Amino acid sequence: MAVYKLKTPISEEEIRKVKVNDVIYITGTIVTARDQAHRRALEYFKQGKALPINLEGLAVFHCGPVVSKEGDKWVAVAAGPTTSTRMDIFEDEFIKNFKVRVVIGKGGMGKKTTDAMAKYGAVYGAFTGGAAILAAKAIKSVKSVEWLDLGTPEALWIFEVEDFGPLAVAIDSHGNNIFLDVAKKVEENKQKIYQKLGLTQ
Amino acid sequence: MDMAKVIEDVAFNILKQAVIYLPEDVKQALKKAYAEETSETGRTQLKAILDNIELAEKYQAPVCQDTGTIIFYVKAGAEAKNLDKLEEPLIKAVRRATKEIPLRPNAVDPFTQKNSGDNTGRFIPYLNWEIASGESIELTVMTKGGGSENVCLTGMLVPGEGINGLKKFVIDAVIKAGAQPCPPTILGVAMGGGSDIAIKLAKKALLRPLNEPNPNPEIAKLEKEIFEAANMTGIGPMGLGGKTTVLGVHIDYAYRHPASFPAAVAFNCWAARRASAQIDADGNVEYLTHKMRW
Repeated sequence: MAVYKLKTPISEEEIRKVKVNDVIYITGTIVTARDQAHRRALEYFKQGKALPINLEGLAVFHCGPVVSKEGDKWVAVAAGPTTSTRMDIFEDEFIKNFKVRVVIGKGGMGKKTTDAMAKYGAVYGAFTGGAAILAAKAIKSVKSVEWLDLGTPEALWIFEVEDFGPLAVAIDSHGNNIFLDVAKKVEENKQKIYQKLGLTQ
Repeated sequence: MDMAKVIEDVAFNILKQAVIYLPEDVKQALKKAYAEETSETGRTQLKAILDNIELAEKYQAPVCQDTGTIIFYVKAGAEAKNLDKLEEPLIKAVRRATKEIPLRPNAVDPFTQKNSGDNTGRFIPYLNWEIASGESIELTVMTKGGGSENVCLTGMLVPGEGINGLKKFVIDAVIKAGAQPCPPTILGVAMGGGSDIAIKLAKKALLRPLNEPNPNPEIAKLEKEIFEAANMTGIGPMGLGGKTTVLGVHIDYAYRHPASFPAAVAFNCWAARRASAQIDADGNVEYLTHKMRW
């Protein structure tokens, strides 16, 4: 297990060094995007419209933060990850089109996303579910917010972060996926558990 | 003394205690899990959880951004006065807590998809009533996260399979849930009664502290058996692999119809938030699960 401190923009070469079970911390810019923001970003791309921010080399964060407005400044109060599987239907295109290097969330992602990460060079960093204050404290400032018409949880929040993590690398750019490995092992363990409990199939 | 105001303040205080300070038994269980977890990735997750708990206390901020659906359990003394007026101060307390703590607004009209913005709406906060003797009122709040709620399960098992059917039902539910409920989780398990009774008992079982096994030794044995089996799955903290998948199992039951075997599993995430207080007839308050820290 290696620990990497990465600064955005992250290059493809840099991200390819990172392997599953490593831990990364990110300093620089991360951008939140949930279901609606993913959908809109891909529509913009199709129409040849530019996104409000160039995502190349940045990290996208599956998160609907609790934010408060102090004067004219936004502050992130609590910002833990949301379940990533909902974004599985968009993420391969998202990685391909926008060249994000890190996807941050909880619960993992599937084969299609894993393949895109291998092909274009990106990793999935699992942030501990519920660790909302740990995340908020690494957010140094809210640089801006875009697409607020989608509602605060679904908007694009552009965060300036310092040592944002720990992110457990659960999918790397070499086709490895811890969540799929764990699921396989759990299926094997199931038989042992049934036996121990005296159950038949 | 204005009893309505006392109730509102107590409800606000236990809500604040619940969302910021995890109960001591849950913290101890997480510390023990961190000490015993052998998966390196699993350990990073437990460490982050423990760090986050400390930060939440330090900054008096909710331990998780999903501050949950708010559920009250009211144990009302039969001699207590004005019980018909209890609901209003509880709703007021929820609105105040949403604004002041703050809580994330989590009450959405299922028809219009509109968020009420203050954590209240039809049947929300939900009140569970129980009548006890005496004149005091015991108030408990549970703020239940959405991720762990999404994998709760009720099933009608085959009576002929008996307890083995229940064991399989619970283990299959844990495996199917995987990383979704933010493991390590706490399982509330119930059987009997009827489909509604089973899930209600299962959820209420989540209120029992982790260091209190069922007083019936046979059930306590079953709790331990399911606990060990669930931790053999290898799902681990946050589903990243490891031996800490559940922190505890609480089982309750009701007698069943001869032809039915209702069963239910209620999941709670590691952020198992609950707090209780007792109010006597003179308005004196005793906080039962947390110290008052403000």
